[in-house]
Amino acid sequence: MNTLWNDSLSGFWSAWIIVITLGTIAFSAWILFANRKTDKAPDAEGNVETTGHPADEIEEYDNPLPRWWFHLFVGTILFSLVYLVLYPGLGNFAGLLGWSQEGQWEEEVARAEERFTPIFAQYQEVPIPELARDGEAMQVGERIYQNNCAVCHGANAQGGYGFPNLTDDDWLYGGEPENIVTTLERGRNGLMPSWQQLGEANIENLTQHVLALSDLEHDAESAEQGASLFASVCAACHTPDGTGNQALGAPNLTNDTWLYRAPGQSVADSIRQTLRNGRNGHMPVQQAYIGEERVHVVAAYVYSLRFQD
Amino acid sequence: MRHEIVEKNVGLLAVLIVVVISFGGLAEIVPLFFQKQTTEPVEGLEPLSALELSGRGIYRREGCVGCHSQMIRPFRAETERYGPYTVAGETVYDYNFLWGSKRTGPDLARVGGRYSDDWHRAHLYNPRDLVPESIMPAFPWLFENTLSGKRIAGEMRAMQMLGVPYTDEQISGASEAVRGEREITALVAYLQQLGTVLKDSR
Repeated sequence: MNTLWNDSLSGFWSAWIIVITLGTIAFSAWILFANRKTDKAPDAEGNVETTGHPADEIEEYDNPLPRWWFHLFVGTILFSLVYLVLYPGLGNFAGLLGWSQEGQWEEEVARAEERFTPIFAQYQEVPIPELARDGEAMQVGERIYQNNCAVCHGANAQGGYGFPNLTDDDWLYGGEPENIVTTLERGRNGLMPSWQQLGEANIENLTQHVLALSDLEHDAESAEQGASLFASVCAACHTPDGTGNQALGAPNLTNDTWLYRAPGQSVADSIRQTLRNGRNGHMPVQQAYIGEERVHVVAAYVYSLRFQD
Repeated sequence: MRHEIVEKNVGLLAVLIVVVISFGGLAEIVPLFFQKQTTEPVEGLEPLSALELSGRGIYRREGCVGCHSQMIRPFRAETERYGPYTVAGETVYDYNFLWGSKRTGPDLARVGGRYSDDWHRAHLYNPRDLVPESIMPAFPWLFENTLSGKRIAGEMRAMQMLGVPYTDEQISGASEAVRGEREITALVAYLQQLGTVLKDSR
């Protein structure tokens, strides 16, 4: 990263900047001092010649700046010179303090690492089920959750249309500590293919069969007809009894939990839509953004949600 | 001093003002045009595809830049939240740049890959479906409008003239590649590549 910032200027442009910067300062100083004294001396009676611009019969004097004002300007010039000696500003001259914005960032990061690394290292030693009961660690976990996970899974972790609820006991890929960590480490890609090719009649029969699996209101005859198709088409992933397969992320169809039911949509319609169009659930990799140690803590936080009311 | 000369000749005064003001730009801006750090692309940077570039046009049209910056500054608070700080070489193919200077919403410089395509679609359709406290406007028309692909080749040719390394094949196939796509598809494609060139350098 750092090398991207450190390309220094060529000698010509460095000199260009130095000459313009110092030249501007010198020019400002010259203007300031050249206007220090008025060239209109008072006459014998103490009257000073005015510029001859009258306004409402009041004539304008041509006096120099008041002293305090003059000193303020001198102060700004001195400030700029001191600044340019201490900080980078004159071409390739880095300044006596050696300050740079990426250096300041590195320092900031190093300071934070020093402070937080031991804490996370300590958490890393604690198994997730135990860490999930550590109140302080869970406050840290909640912060990480709110910053990284809440956008999809919601501030209360209750999910939404297409985004799994993390507070119930229905898990697509398993809710054990190692499953949660794997999800965070590698992400997940759910793939439910489209079954449009089966035809509307078959899709309707399958829909009724799936409704029956969760003991929802269904057309018994149609569900019966869907059963054999379910066994040949759906059972490979969702298992013959429809309880799903966490190794594949195939959801349990028997517990009346519907990830893809849009707000206001009936369960039957959401099943039909899934069968017609398929679904692609995508959980992005998180480890790349937050690192292994924070994955451990936020996994414990997700694990801890089951203890909350 | 003879400041009467300057004060009584408005033309001369204007010229001198321009000269004085230009010193700042000459020292601070002009050298950047000749510096590798600001003119050379970072390794792996590719010009946007026709679809992504169309998405960029929609991003610009809808005024996203008014509320979202694309510039992660080198402060820990920002790099913790958004990822590695932005470097100039990442945006050398941006005409015009969309760095932005106002953050009503979060920075988007590295939003690519952070959320799923479905998330972006649902969020753009109505942000409050996903983030109840959001004040971002909804953009439902992006799901209706389709791209005509009429202007995209011309836009790419103009960028080629400015030094963006588009090949002639890319330009001749551009219109075909985007015609009929929904605007939302283009915008999500654009968002999903943002900042991904340097995302692993953390």
